[in-house]
Amino acid sequence: MEDLTAWERVKRARGGERPTSIDYISGIFDRFMELHGDRACRDDGAIVGGIAQIDGIMVTVIGEQKGRTMKQNLKRNFGMPNPEGYRKALRLMKQAEKFGRPIVCFVDTPGAFCGMEAEERGQGEAIARNLYEMSALKVPVLSILIGEGGSGGALALAVANEVWMLENATYSILSPEGFASILWKDGKRADEAAEVMKITAGDLKNLCMVERVFAENIEREESEISLTDEETEAAAQLEEYKSDTEQENTEQERSSVLTRDNMQLLADELRAGILEFLRIYHGKTPTQIVEERYQRFRKF
Amino acid sequence: MGEKNKRTGQNDYMADAFAEPQVPDGLFWKCEKCGEIIYSEDIVANYHICPNCQSYFRVPPRARISMVADKGSFTEWDTGLPVSDPLRFPGYLEKLERMREITGVDEAVVTGFVRIDGMPAAMGVMASSFMMGSMGEIVGEKLTRMIERATRERLPVVIFCCSGGARMQEGIVSLMQMAKTAGALKRHSDAGLYYLSVLTDPTTGGVVASFAMLGDTILAEPGALIGFAGPRVIEQTIGQKLPDGFQRAEFLLEHGFVDKIVRRDRLRKTLSFLIEANGGVKPQEMYTTRQHNSGAAQKAVEID
Ligand SMILES: [Zn+2]
Repeated sequence: MEDLTAWERVKRARGGERPTSIDYISGIFDRFMELHGDRACRDDGAIVGGIAQIDGIMVTVIGEQKGRTMKQNLKRNFGMPNPEGYRKALRLMKQAEKFGRPIVCFVDTPGAFCGMEAEERGQGEAIARNLYEMSALKVPVLSILIGEGGSGGALALAVANEVWMLENATYSILSPEGFASILWKDGKRADEAAEVMKITAGDLKNLCMVERVFAENIEREESEISLTDEETEAAAQLEEYKSDTEQENTEQERSSVLTRDNMQLLADELRAGILEFLRIYHGKTPTQIVEERYQRFRKF
Repeated sequence: MGEKNKRTGQNDYMADAFAEPQVPDGLFWKCEKCGEIIYSEDIVANYHICPNCQSYFRVPPRARISMVADKGSFTEWDTGLPVSDPLRFPGYLEKLERMREITGVDEAVVTGFVRIDGMPAAMGVMASSFMMGSMGEIVGEKLTRMIERATRERLPVVIFCCSGGARMQEGIVSLMQMAKTAGALKRHSDAGLYYLSVLTDPTTGGVVASFAMLGDTILAEPGALIGFAGPRVIEQTIGQKLPDGFQRAEFLLEHGFVDKIVRRDRLRKTLSFLIEANGGVKPQEMYTTRQHNSGAAQKAVEID
């Protein structure tokens, strides 16, 4: 894992280059068919959902979706779902339960949307309903925090049997800016708040809030393990040479930031992890699955 | 509302929502709405409603319990649970200690057993004066224990909600209380039992996004502020002032999110009718008396 401050991780989690739910869906699964709508109001672009296939196994996949460009974000609402997004997610999850498909959720949201229409259509009720129904789903649920895990808007897709986190994802009760603003009356102390709030993958693993943490910078860590002595020496020489030139240094730093272009090793690792999860949970009864999920949250 | 706290930064909506104080223990009390000076006693005797302008004051847990419970029927559950301070947030433990002294309750919710018109129920009442009624681990734990016990003992659950949302000082642990309480309510419901949620001013944030909105029946007090996001946060998001009455109880009724707005003087009767209708059990002797008097029962049709 990289040695970063909590605030640096917050910035990574929010980074515009960071892979989104759709990137993970295409990087991990063999097939995916998107399905739309909550059957009551409209289709929320901030949540994508559908049926995917992985190694011949059908699963339901739901993810909070951010855009990269302004145009995409108009459609995706910067990854901030409205109530109909959570209701779409719940509809697809109940369908998964009906047909015995495990559920995989990708969490990546600054928070549930705080707008007038969201309130009129019952944002609180929609989130509450997801927590309520997800607690009793008879199929295994896996939630993976890939970027920002903003409060109730993230939890509404994370009442899972296991919750996993990427190294630079965050999960928090509110933004560090909001925390600093409320408790210290100074929104500018966000970096300090980020440290205090215990929102990084490492902190949350220590608090038993997540079961697994995935390193984002796999390439380098992998190579440290698998290289022969000779190769290691060569690599060390290369590192030395690189550190001599500032330009190379910046490039190296940039290459350690997770993007769509360098995410495949991570996607492969997640795929292997998901297959392992599916294998383990395949052997459990619905009663066991429900009870374990209940107890997972009961202990907090 | 809204303009009072000039010093506030972003997200300070909750301090704002809690600016209206409760009736203090003094001889006199000035109503914020109409300016009238009133005997505290008169307010307490009048369901904590201003006798002059009818505006509602916040009700502390003990007063709320005596408002709806049969006299002497309340037994408190799960007091003195060990405090958790997961963030080791500076000054938090001291603040909790101070709140306990000021409010006379051990956390932002009081739970226990009550009888309402003879019918047994598990009841939780949140305390707005205890750190804005915010939900931390103990609030979540007390409610969950109450709901689980109600499921085992086959009791209906009543919760009077009043909260600024999650307890910030406990970070992610406070968020988890939403899932914990919601899960317990699901099991209570799956056991065929009744849950009645009463939303009082203000009910916001993580409490709205969990147990507050999960009642089989959801009642609200007139004028109560109820919403997921606070008015200030929404105003910042949309860049304009919110219309009058937005996120008030009447607004939620209109949009289909509460069953009924209930006046305080009707609260006890409303609760007992709903509990009886939804599986409540009257004690045998009361049942016999009622059967005996049934011919003389007053007709009451409420359409509002
Ligand atoms: Zn008045």
